Amino acid sequence: MAAPAPNPAAGPVLKLAEPLPLDSGRSLADVEVAYETYGTLNAERSNAILICHALTGDQHVASPHPITGKPGWWIRMVGPGLPIDTDRFFVICANVIGSCMGSSGPASAAEDGKAYAMRFPVITIRDMVRAQVALVDALGIETLHAVVGGSMGGMQVLSWAANFGERLNAALVIASTARHSAQNIAFHEVGRQAIMADPAWNGGDYYADDVGDPRKVGPESGLAVARMAAHITYLSEQGLTEKFGRRLQDRDAKTFGFDADFQVESYLRYQGLAFTDRFDANSYLYITRAMDYFDLAEEHGGKLADAFAGTKARFCLVSFDTDWLYPTSESRTIAHALNASGLPVSFVELSAPYGHDSFLLDVPELDQVVKGFLQ
Amino acid sequence: MSPHAKGALRPDLAVIADHVEPGARVLDIGCGNGDLLAALTEKGCDARGLELDAANVAHCVGRGLSVMQGDADTDLVYYPDKSVDYAILSQTLQTTRRPDLILENLLRIAPRGFVSFPNFAHWRVRASLLTGGRMPVTRLIPVAWYETPNIHHLTIADFRALLAERGITAERAWFFTGGKASRQRFANLTAEHAVFLVSRG
Repeated sequence: MAAPAPNPAAGPVLKLAEPLPLDSGRSLADVEVAYETYGTLNAERSNAILICHALTGDQHVASPHPITGKPGWWIRMVGPGLPIDTDRFFVICANVIGSCMGSSGPASAAEDGKAYAMRFPVITIRDMVRAQVALVDALGIETLHAVVGGSMGGMQVLSWAANFGERLNAALVIASTARHSAQNIAFHEVGRQAIMADPAWNGGDYYADDVGDPRKVGPESGLAVARMAAHITYLSEQGLTEKFGRRLQDRDAKTFGFDADFQVESYLRYQGLAFTDRFDANSYLYITRAMDYFDLAEEHGGKLADAFAGTKARFCLVSFDTDWLYPTSESRTIAHALNASGLPVSFVELSAPYGHDSFLLDVPELDQVVKGFLQ
Repeated sequence: MSPHAKGALRPDLAVIADHVEPGARVLDIGCGNGDLLAALTEKGCDARGLELDAANVAHCVGRGLSVMQGDADTDLVYYPDKSVDYAILSQTLQTTRRPDLILENLLRIAPRGFVSFPNFAHWRVRASLLTGGRMPVTRLIPVAWYETPNIHHLTIADFRALLAERGITAERAWFFTGGKASRQRFANLTAEHAVFLVSRG
C-alpha cells in the first residue's frame, strides 16, 4: 500500500477528537475537516451561513483555488455586498469528507500510515453532514442562520434540515433533489466504470510512494472520461448548441478520423484533462456513491414529509428550466412535501439557458432570490 | 416596511387585508408581486403565496415572502384540507381553466375565502359590446380578447349563481368603481370590480 498524499488544504483543518460514526455502521477515526471562513462571527454567534459544495467543489467558495489558482467557485454570490453578504454574514464552507482538498478521504493516511485507497469506508451525504456538524460545533455555533447549497450541496442542506433541523433557521436548496433517480445513478456508474476500467486505477491503489500529489498519478484517462460524461449532464442541449453547434475546431474540413474535429469534442477533452489535475479518482468514486445512496424519504420511513418533522426552518427551493439532471419536478416534490408539513417554503423555477450549471453562472434572478431569502 | 406598504394597496387587496385577523394563516392564490402578502405579514399573519409567474415569485422571495411557483389549476390539490384560515383569489378566478373547481379547492383548503374579480356586466362593458359590437377593453379588462389572460369572464350575478349552485355562502361583498367603494344596489350594473367573502357556513 502506497504512501498518502500531503494535505492539500490551504486553510484551517479541524481534527475531530472522536471517531465519526457512519451510516454504514463503521466509524472513521482521526477525521480531518478542511474549511474556509469569510466575514466575522457576531457576538451572538447568530450570523453564520454554511455553504455546502457540489460533487467536485471544495471549501474555496470565495477564495482562489490553491492548486489551479482559479477564483473561488461562487465568487459571484459570496462576498462583501453580494447576495451572500460577507459584510453581514459569517460564511463557512468545508470540504466534504471523502473528497481530496484537505478533508479525510481515500487519499488520506490510514492508521498504518499508508493511503486508505479503497479501504476508506463508503460514506453517505448524512456522513458528510455529520462532519460539518462537528465543525460547526467546534466553531462554537449553536444555530446557523442558514445552510445553502446547490446540486450535491443541496442534498446536504436537505440532510441538515432532516437530521439536525433544530440547528438551522433557513435552508436554501438550489438545483437539487431529495433522492438520486435511476438515471442519475446510471450516469454516475458510467463514470465509475470508466475510472475502474483504466489499468492505472489498480484496484484504487495508485498513490505512488515517489509522487507527492495523488492528482498527478493514477487513472487519469478514466477520470477524464468520467468528467466528460458528467459534464454533458451539467449543460443543456440549448447551451451546447449555442456555444459549439457543429463547428469544427481549428480546421476547415472534417479529417475523417478520430481527432477532436468538433469544438464540442475539444472542449470536453479539455474539461476532462483539467479535472485530473485537481481531483482524485478514488474521491470521485466515493462521492458519486454517496450521492447515489441519497434518498431522504427512505431514511425517514418512506415519506418525504416526515423527514422534516424536526425542523422549524424556512425553506427556499430553486430549480432551472433547462436542468435535466435534477429537473424542476424534483424540487417541486420537495416543495410539496414541505408544504404538507406546514413549513414556510418558497419555490421557484428560474429560466436560464445553461442547464444544471446555472446555479454557478450569471442568473440575476437567482441573486435576487438568494439575497431576499437570506435577509 | 416594504415600499409597497398598505397605503398603496389596490382597493380590493386593502379590503381583504383589513378583514383578515392578525395571526391568521393565509394562502394567497395568484399573489402577483406579493403586495397583499407583505401587508398581511406586517399584520402578523402567517401568509404564503402561490404564483404562476417566475419573475413575480423571484420578486416575492426577494422581498422575504414565502411563495411557491405553481398553477392554481393543478397545484391546489397539494394543499391539505383546512390547512389555512383564509384562502384568497384576487383577480385570479377569471384566469383559471376551471373556476368552479378552483372555488371548491379554495373552501377545502380554508374554511373561508376571499374572491375578487372584474365584473363583466359593468355598464361600460355592456355599452361597449352593445354599441360597438366589439369585445370591450376597459381599465380592469385592459387587454384585447386574443391576448387576455382572462379566459373565463364572469359577472357578479354569475358568481352569485355559482355560489348558490355549490351551496356556498357569500358572507360579505364589497364593490368598487373607479378605485373607490361603490354601493351594493345594482352592483352587477355599476361595479367594475367585486370582492366576496365566502364560506360553507
